[in-house]
This record gives sequence, C-alpha cells and structure tokens, in this order.
Amino acid sequence: MSTRQTEPTQNLTLVQSVRDALATEMEADDDVLVTGEDVGKNGGVFRATEGLFDEFGGDRVVDTPLAESGIIGTAVGMAAMGLKPVAEVQFSGFVYPGFDQIVSHMARMRARSRGRFTLPMVLRAPYGGGIRAPEHHSESKEAFYAHEAGLKVVIPSTPYDAKGLLISAIRDPDPVIFLEPKLIYRAFRGEVPEGDYEVPIGEAAVRREGSDVSVFAYGAMTRPAMEAADRLADDGVDAEVVDLRTVSPLDREAIVESFEKTGRAVVVHEAPKTGGLAGEITAIVQEEALLYQEAPVQRVTGFDVPYPLYAMEDYYMPNAARVAAGIEEAVEF
Amino acid sequence: MSTLERDPREGEVRVLDENGDVVGDAPDLSAEELLAMYRQMKLARRFDTRAVSLQRQGRMGTFPPMSGQEGAQVASAMALADDDWVVPSYREHAVSLVRGVSLERTLLYWMGDERGSRMADGVNVFPVAVPIASQIPHATGMAWANKLRNDDGTPDAVVCYFGDGATSEGDFHEGLNFAGVFDTPNVFFCNNNQWAISVPRSKQTASATLAQKADAYGFEGVQVDGMDPLAVYKVTEEALAKARDPDKGELRPTLIEAVQYRFGAHTTADDPSVYREDAEVEEWKAKDPIPRLERYLRGRDLLDDDRVADIEESVETEVADAIEAAESTTRPDPSSMFEHVYEEMTPELRAQAERFADLRERYGDEAFLDD
Ligand SMILES: Cc1ncc(C[n+]2csc(CCOP(=O)(O)OP(=O)(O)O)c2C)c(N)n1
Ligand SMILES: [Mg+2]
Repeated sequence: MSTRQTEPTQNLTLVQSVRDALATEMEADDDVLVTGEDVGKNGGVFRATEGLFDEFGGDRVVDTPLAESGIIGTAVGMAAMGLKPVAEVQFSGFVYPGFDQIVSHMARMRARSRGRFTLPMVLRAPYGGGIRAPEHHSESKEAFYAHEAGLKVVIPSTPYDAKGLLISAIRDPDPVIFLEPKLIYRAFRGEVPEGDYEVPIGEAAVRREGSDVSVFAYGAMTRPAMEAADRLADDGVDAEVVDLRTVSPLDREAIVESFEKTGRAVVVHEAPKTGGLAGEITAIVQEEALLYQEAPVQRVTGFDVPYPLYAMEDYYMPNAARVAAGIEEAVEF
Repeated sequence: MSTLERDPREGEVRVLDENGDVVGDAPDLSAEELLAMYRQMKLARRFDTRAVSLQRQGRMGTFPPMSGQEGAQVASAMALADDDWVVPSYREHAVSLVRGVSLERTLLYWMGDERGSRMADGVNVFPVAVPIASQIPHATGMAWANKLRNDDGTPDAVVCYFGDGATSEGDFHEGLNFAGVFDTPNVFFCNNNQWAISVPRSKQTASATLAQKADAYGFEGVQVDGMDPLAVYKVTEEALAKARDPDKGELRPTLIEAVQYRFGAHTTADDPSVYREDAEVEEWKAKDPIPRLERYLRGRDLLDDDRVADIEESVETEVADAIEAAESTTRPDPSSMFEHVYEEMTPELRAQAERFADLRERYGDEAFLDD
C-alpha cells in the first residue's frame, strides 16, 4: 500500500510508529487503554509508550504490578466489558506466566460463549534476537500463537506497516497478538502518515518482484531476505521476496500466487525449525500448487536449540549469507 | 489505623543505625567473620562498578547492578551452612560470590557465554533465573526434596532470592503456598529495593509490608533493615535454624523482607532519572551498608585507615584478575549450541548440527558474523 501524496507524513522508526498508532487510536476512541509493566511514567523499556502517560493520564496508560497473568487476564475481563485494552508484555519471553489466560480464555472466549463475549484486545510484545540481550529476551515463539485457534498473529517489518497494522489490530473485534521485531525497532526510518489508516490483517506484501524463486519472510528476517535477493541478482538469480506481515491467518493466496510464478521457495524465520511457520507454508504450496513445484522448499531458520546467549547468537540467527545459501540450493536443484 | 496508614517499617529488625552505632542485639560473629563480611561487601561494590563500566565500554552486554544491596546479599549468604542451597534471581552477584561462584563465571554469563551458567561442582547455587519469580517454586521443590531425603530431621535449607516486584507474580504465591503446606526448609529472601524497574513498591501491592504476606501462608514473615548487614545476618541465621529444626508447632519456612535500595539503574539499559528523584537516591545513600559496617568495625578497632587501604587494594586486584580471566577466555565454539539440549542428540538435531558445520566450512565464519 502506498501513501497518498497529499497526506502529511512523518519520518519514524518502527517503535515510534507503534507509539504513534497507540496515540492515534487513544485519541480517537476513549475505550482504548494501554496496560503493562513500566508502560506509564517510564514510557516502556523500549519507549513504545513514551509520552502517552502525560497525554492520556494514569487511568488509560497503566503501570501494572509485575504479573503477566494479571495483565492478560484483566485485559480479557476489560475487553469482555467493551473496553479495548492494548496490553504490553515487556518481552515475548515473559508472556508465559500469562499463557493460560491466552490459550484458555483470550483465544476462545468468543467460541466458549457462543459469540456473547468477544475480546477486542491486543497483546503487544517485542520479540526476536540479535540485540545482545540477556537470556530469555531473544526468542521467537510466534508458532505458539499461530497454533491457537481464535487468535490473529501479526508481525510488522516496516514503520508504515507497524502503524497501520496496529490500528487494524486495535479495531479488530477479535484478539490479536502483535509481535514487534525489536532488532529493527530503530534500525531504519520510514514515511508514516500522521493520520489514521489501516493495513489489513492477513495480507502479505511483495517487497521485491522476481521470477526464479520465492523467499517468504516476516519481521526482522525481511531485511536479510531482501539483502540476499539483491546479492544474488548479480549472479542472475531473480528472487521474489514476500513479507507475510500476518502469520495467522496466513495469506494463502499471496503465497500460492508467488509460488506458481517461481516454482521454488525459501522460507525464513528466526524461530526454531521444528514446528515453525515454515512447515505450514511448505504445506500450503504442497496442497495448492504441487504441480508448479520444481525444487524442495528450503527452510532457513533458527536451530532446534534453546536460543543461545549472545556470544553465539550470530550463528543462530539466519542472515543474508544463510538465506543466500538457501536460495542457491532452491534454484540449483 | 488502617493497614495502609501504618508505618510499613515500624517492626523492622535493626542492629546498626545509620551511623554504625549498635541499636539492637548483634549476632555472634568473630572479628575474622566481621572483617570477611566487610571485605566481601567492598569486593562486591568494586565488581559492580567495574562491570557497569565494562558494559559502557562495549566489553559486556546488559548488566544488572546491585550497588546498595551488598549488605543484604553478603550477610544473608554468610549465614548459610556449607550444604545449604541458594536459588538466585539475576541480581545476586554478591550472594553467588560468597557461596563460591567466581567473579569470572558471573562475568562470563553477562558476557553472553553459556559456560557462565554452569556452576562448578560442589557449589550449591542454582543458575540465574531471569523470568521473574519463576525460581521460587524450584526452591520449594528443592527444599521439599531435602526434607524427603533427610533421615535425621534436620534437612539442609534452601534460600531463594527475589525482588519486591516478584511478589506480584503467581509463582510467588504458589511457591510460598506449597512451602507452607509441605512445611519445607526454605528461606524466602525478598530483596525489596523499592523499585521494579520504574514501578515503585507502593504500586506493586496494597499490602503495608511484603513480609506480612507470609501470614497468608501460615508461616513467619520478618521485615529487616536490608542495609544493616548485622541485622540481615541475624534474621537469616534464625530463619535457617528454624528451617532445619523448628520448635514444636512451628512451621519451617520464613519470608524475609530486606528493606533496601538500588542505588543505580535497574540494568545498564535503564535510565532511572525518568521515573525517580535524585533526592530519594541521596536519602538512601545515607544508609549505605558499607560505611555503616565500616564505622562499626572502626569503633571496635577492627579496622583503621591502613587496613581499609589494604582491603581496597586487594579487592581492586581481585576484580581486575577476574575481568582479565573472563576476557581472555576463548569465545565458545559455535557448534556447542547443539550440545546439552538432550542427553543424546535427536536425529533432527544431529542433521541440523551437520548442516551448520557444512555451512561454516563452505562459507567461513565471516558469513555468519555480517548481518
Ligand atoms: C516474568 C517476567 N516479566 C517481566 C520481566 C522483565 N523484568 C525484568 S526485571 C523486572 C523488574 C523486577 O523487579 P523486582 O522483582 O523488584 O527485582 P529487581 O530487579 O528490583 O531486583 C522486570 C519487569 C521478567 N524478567 N520476567
Ligand atoms: Mg525491586
């Protein structure tokens, strides 16, 4: 989606555009409130809620006790009563005390109550590796949530998408898990409209058109995917890069359309290989485009090991070189 | 008076006042032990200061400093018997030090090396727990195991450390509740440093004290001046004695709330000026446990300027040596990330490890290190 020329824009980082989305929706809708650890006076440990406490006050930008089950469980209760809580968990690695609330209630309140109670809530959390963070601060566990019926799982990779997708998530009548790739929170800036706009949940974006091989990526992995594609262009490989943007529901149409064009695919994620989204994407092309397939689908992912402390994380995280190796294997098959 | 209006510190145990003058019953410690306590506190402070500057210089990753908390950490750890266990959070550098974890190992962990999580055999310290309060049920389980395995009725104790913020997590409740129900030999040591990152203690719970939460679990809760090392030693020693060998009708566990203050940032990634006043920091710095113990020791002729200078010099060297040792440790072999996941590698994991080795050979390590 491109911005209309007439609209005023601002040059923001991804984390600033998250903040901008929150401010925009809080301004427009009194039912929206932000809760979490250190989101108030401190403005969030990544400054994703900076200034919101001063602007909207302590009743709408709430520093909670240190308790994720409390944060997520109370958001479920507030959402059931018609508020639109945007709960922050400080790092995705600290969601787990609230996991019961996510899988037992957040995901299925609509189904359990046969539609009487719906949960227009968002759970935001920074996720992913590459920033030399301490233990438990770098994991990518999007597959947990994608596995859970009733949740939508969104992962932006640009400032523009972050704002538009978060606004869509807040307005969505169903609960959304919004995972923010903290490696690229401040890695680059992009033009972001000042006003409100939606980027639809469930729609992938083709970041680079190509005809030889499809590279499917999301979050912070979109960058090494693009870089690998650029590098291999010099060798005459024309790679298409598809940024999934939502990992549940996956944009099956976009995946199939790209694969039918190229017949070869590389799927990239930081999350471990086994049980990761790459397996799901591989199954989609098998189910819907088998006859177009010309090579085994390559999975370039994290390994099936606990995310290592940072001395080894560069070896764990897929990067342009590993993506390029995957692309080469797909095209040379 | 309502609970909220009550001075939350009125029942606090103290031995030394802020000038190092004795205002309570001092624990029975020899001159040697008192000097060792002082030296460990000085060592911890120096280590902390150097660690923060290593991070600033890009020689280490994010680090959680503990300055201000040396009294609570060193004194409580010194009260343990050799066979007792420690289950720490991520800020217990001084507890670990006293319990035999080398400074070098602590540095390695914060330098991102897994080997820093591997405590030496015979060191009864569990690996650092970063997810808040998650270690509390472990400590209960460990103490429970000690009790089940013990024949003479005096099981080894397990001391669990955590912060004020941790008391809000479900794991705190579950760990302490199990301890009460199964009467486990535990000491739950809460380092109430007034802040959970930017959230003050007053916003963490409407309880007047954290110690009073023990009432709900049926065992004793004690509030102690956590910047008074002698008081901390005393209450920990008493709690440990009770954990091993309670009086009839008494439950073994104790919750200790050590009231103290974190002088520095939450971690090197935090900027406390955003959420707290300098005046508050200064007020607490006047209670600094190190000069407090020093004045007490000088008053009893156990320390003078020369001895303090000697200690400072030896502490400086010890920290410098630990940094040198940690920094000269060869970085871990990347293939070691596949080790210790299981007793035996699964076929899939083996295939991934082989693929990884193959990529390194084909493209060289440089290929992994660029981004
Ligand atoms: C389950 C969990 N949630 C959130 C965090 C992020 N976090 C790290 S330290 C901290 C504050 C802890 O405060 P407290 O328990 O008082 O201990 P202190 O750091 O003050 O020693 C938070 C919120 C975490 N590590 N684990
Ligand atoms: Mg604290």
